[in-house]
Amino acid sequence: MSGRFRTPSGGRVDRRRTIRFTFDGKSYQGFEGDTLASALLANGVHLVGRSFKYHRPRGIVTAGSDEPNALVGVGVDDAHYTPNLRATQVEIYDGLVAESQNRWPSLNFDVGAVNEVFAPFLSAGFYYKTFMWPRAAWAKLYEPLIRRAAGLGRAPEQPDADRYTQVYAHCDVLIVGAGPAGLAAALATSASGAKVFVCDEQAEMGGSLLAEKTAVIDGLLAADWTAKALADLAARTNVTLMPRTTAFGWYPHNFLGLCERITDHVAKADPKLPRERLWQVRAKEVVLATGALERPLVFPDNDRPGIMMAEAARIYANRFGVKPGDKALIFTACDSAYRAALDLKAAGVAIAAIADLRAAPGGLWVDRARAAGIDVRAATVVTGTSGRLRIDSVSLAKLGPDGRTGASETIACDLLLMSGGFTPSVHLFSQSRGKLVYDEALQAYLPGASVERERSVGACRGISDLDTVLNDGAAGGSGAAQAAGFAGALGGTFAVHTDSVGTDGFIGVTPHGGHPSKTRAWIDFQNDVTAKDVKLAIREGFRSIEHVKRYTTTGMATDQGKTSNMNALGLVSETLQIPVPQVGLTTFRPPYTPTTFGIFAGQSRGDLFDPLRQTPIHDWAVAQGAVFEDVSLWKRAHYFPRAGEDMHAAVARECKATRQAVGIFDATTLGKIEVVGKDAAELMNRMYTNAWTKLEPGRLRYGVMLREDGFVMDDGVVGRMAPDRFHITTTTGGAPRVLAMMEDYIQTEWPDLDVWLTSTTEEWAVIAVQGPLARKVLEPLVEDIDLSREAMPHMSVREGKICGVPTRLFRVSFTGELGFEVNVPAGYGRAVWEAIFAAGKPYGITPYGTETMHVLRAEKGFIIVGQETDGTVTPDDAGLSWAIGKAKKDFVGKRSLARPAMTASDRKQLVGLLTVNPKTVLEEGAQIVADPAQPIPMTMLGHVTSSYWSTTLDRSIALALVRGGRARIGERLSVPMPDGPITVELVEPIFYDPKGARLDA
Amino acid sequence: MLLITCPHCGPRAELEFSYGGEAHIARPIDPTGLDDEAWATFLYKRSNPKGVHAERWRHLHGCGRFFNVLRDTISDTIVTTYPAGQPRPALPSDGKENAR
Repeated sequence: MSGRFRTPSGGRVDRRRTIRFTFDGKSYQGFEGDTLASALLANGVHLVGRSFKYHRPRGIVTAGSDEPNALVGVGVDDAHYTPNLRATQVEIYDGLVAESQNRWPSLNFDVGAVNEVFAPFLSAGFYYKTFMWPRAAWAKLYEPLIRRAAGLGRAPEQPDADRYTQVYAHCDVLIVGAGPAGLAAALATSASGAKVFVCDEQAEMGGSLLAEKTAVIDGLLAADWTAKALADLAARTNVTLMPRTTAFGWYPHNFLGLCERITDHVAKADPKLPRERLWQVRAKEVVLATGALERPLVFPDNDRPGIMMAEAARIYANRFGVKPGDKALIFTACDSAYRAALDLKAAGVAIAAIADLRAAPGGLWVDRARAAGIDVRAATVVTGTSGRLRIDSVSLAKLGPDGRTGASETIACDLLLMSGGFTPSVHLFSQSRGKLVYDEALQAYLPGASVERERSVGACRGISDLDTVLNDGAAGGSGAAQAAGFAGALGGTFAVHTDSVGTDGFIGVTPHGGHPSKTRAWIDFQNDVTAKDVKLAIREGFRSIEHVKRYTTTGMATDQGKTSNMNALGLVSETLQIPVPQVGLTTFRPPYTPTTFGIFAGQSRGDLFDPLRQTPIHDWAVAQGAVFEDVSLWKRAHYFPRAGEDMHAAVARECKATRQAVGIFDATTLGKIEVVGKDAAELMNRMYTNAWTKLEPGRLRYGVMLREDGFVMDDGVVGRMAPDRFHITTTTGGAPRVLAMMEDYIQTEWPDLDVWLTSTTEEWAVIAVQGPLARKVLEPLVEDIDLSREAMPHMSVREGKICGVPTRLFRVSFTGELGFEVNVPAGYGRAVWEAIFAAGKPYGITPYGTETMHVLRAEKGFIIVGQETDGTVTPDDAGLSWAIGKAKKDFVGKRSLARPAMTASDRKQLVGLLTVNPKTVLEEGAQIVADPAQPIPMTMLGHVTSSYWSTTLDRSIALALVRGGRARIGERLSVPMPDGPITVELVEPIFYDPKGARLDA
Repeated sequence: MLLITCPHCGPRAELEFSYGGEAHIARPIDPTGLDDEAWATFLYKRSNPKGVHAERWRHLHGCGRFFNVLRDTISDTIVTTYPAGQPRPALPSDGKENAR
């Protein structure tokens, strides 16, 4: 047995398979095929949550993804916990653990319900008005309090233990929704041979057909026809059926995001399966068959547990075999609720009465209700309800022709069903940027002109009767196939026996005669917004629905106002006495229903968060105990600590060894580009500030590259390997943008140049050997290369062999010492590195990391692009005027350097800084001012770009950009810090071996 | 994600491409001959139309080539694509004042 409210038979649940689960710690039973909502209702549980603001007891309102109230947290532990799931969509399985939210200490007794007492102070925009003063209290007091008091589920604190995957897919036709329209469309379009995807958010496909008991389609009962249609589709190899898959977002050019839930409904999931899969589908044509959502009626106290949508109650009875109560009263503005009343009566629910808002309801369904002995009351409204944790009675009153309500009568019941008609689901259509058109007769927005290649079929475009829905779906399906280039799709027509329930409905607030300031009729259940709040917003001057929405928060909850938007529009329209279309319509945005972050992250977690780049020498550095840092996507050895050393000690030792003996450094991450062709030198002349024509093969030159706006973009040493061949090096992170910019000019500005670019970053391992003993280390290892001072001066390059491996050997120094950079094919990088390291052992060769590299270059005043420059620094600012080929007529950025602002004398210029106290190390990024006593905001003259402790000099050093800096050399300025100002002296930006004697050793 | 037809490779997803700004802005042959105003216009002034925009894209993770795209900035519809160096194709709506 799975609950007192289970019907003896019927429904689509599997009564042979009992499922045990817990809700708020209490055990319940349901059947396979139940949702958490249907299983709880079968056990007589309506109260499932507390409301957002007032902590009002709330129950299950719908049977689908539009559920505003029944939000639950699901998961056995924090690593598998998902908050804010709709109980109407959660499928139960053995061992499911679910809990209610936003209540303490318990759902039945919730302390937060004290907010009800303060309700008069919690009206629309209360947080804008109430918590204004004192200002400091907002962050410390009000906001935390409000956040704790108001809210939905709690976020889990453990990392998500589940896996998520992402798939790209293409199809000819994507059909969203597998109700009658969607299935008919799928049958028609797939008959053409087109590749068809059909997705539906529910576990079982069929939509409204699954709750249909009497309709007959082509001679089959609706359920049998649905089974046959699904079997037909499943047998077609060109059709992919995707249940439990929500089309949540529409992106440009028919690109849709689909979330497939794979294991959430399974007790013991195959560990190889992901929890969810993100489908990114590019469809030639899209058919929207998204159906319609029933609207609540807005009347006083319409939010108690036990008040639900009439059609939802019908679905629980017909599809799940669950009676949502013993005795129901029905409040309606349309015929479909009569159909629900009759089905519920057949399921064993007593119908107390049908209160019909309409003055003179009539026709087939009304007659049938009367014939069944149901008390049908025309022109009758609900004026109030009672019952604390569950509705126990309803007050009805007659509605006079003048709109006034008469005396009220109280009727006992444990279920109140409401129906204000149906709202077409135009969310995805609107996301596709299609224009919505208001239909006065239907009181609904319908899809108008398309922007994307799509069409809407069935209830989502305002068609409601089953026969027309099926035929519309078939026509849309064949139309989509034809539009996708597949002829021969047959629309066909269906022979359907069913009875129309018409299209009546109501939007806004039903008349209730209650005192306007004392009655509360909920429009938005999830955000706790009442009609009173909306009216207050209008009184305070808000007119556009966009403003009313933001001020009252109506429609801004996680359900995006699926049940509330039209009623809010109706109320604003009525209050302002303007037509609905003039009130406007808020924008529908993705996701259609809340979607996990997991599917967007996919596999990009932990080590896979970003691509990782490692040099061939990486593992050697790991074995040596190097500490790494991230430089763009590269892992670079930051320093090599020995036992007991901190970074400071390691860097001091590495610097000293390199200055006094020899150091070895992995410079493989430098970007490298090979420039080849008859016009290679011409391209270099145009791209770099320097002059290249006269650079002899075998020589190196430091090159500076500007953007066309004149600011430094990149720098690096360039070798001329042959008259028509250059070997460019770039900054570690800069290679892609340098290559892209050069390609841009070659392809689009100078296609006449005969020159080709190849990225060689990954081809070469680069081993920097630096220090006075560097030559001694390398000499025994090289063949065919004379390393002597005379034969191979500073800034030259030779090709030959090292350790038997081809090399481009650069004599170059980023340390200020005698230095070489050994380029070898990357595959030999590790072997050559180890050979050099072994050869250097007798000389005390010391591996150093990027921190030591930084200190050594700063001692020499060598800039780093991106540290001394920030996209607003000219070559002159950085002290690189010498690198500009003055005789060149043009190069990228040259004209910009002549603009007045670029030559102003008060530009920020590179200088060195020495703290007056040599032990003080400045903070990089710290501001520089003339007068630290000046009131804030002080006049900022510049900032510190690089700052280190220099072991070589036994004091701190820094580089800075300072306004008119070069003219200020010798002056003292201040660096204000929290502990007080630091006095610094401006010096030339070079601290060690200014003549460069050591380079030429 | 836009679907962009590379004139050399065919239709591909946007993530294979990089954006290159407005098209048909040629670098002046003799920049030094331009006054500051004219040079600034070349550097910074862009048309930013509401409607059809001629823009450069590069099939970065494909053939690597730059090409031009006419894209409607209102609807994100791509009207046509064509190789770099070709003139902007005439459209039926051309001549009407800001057709959209």
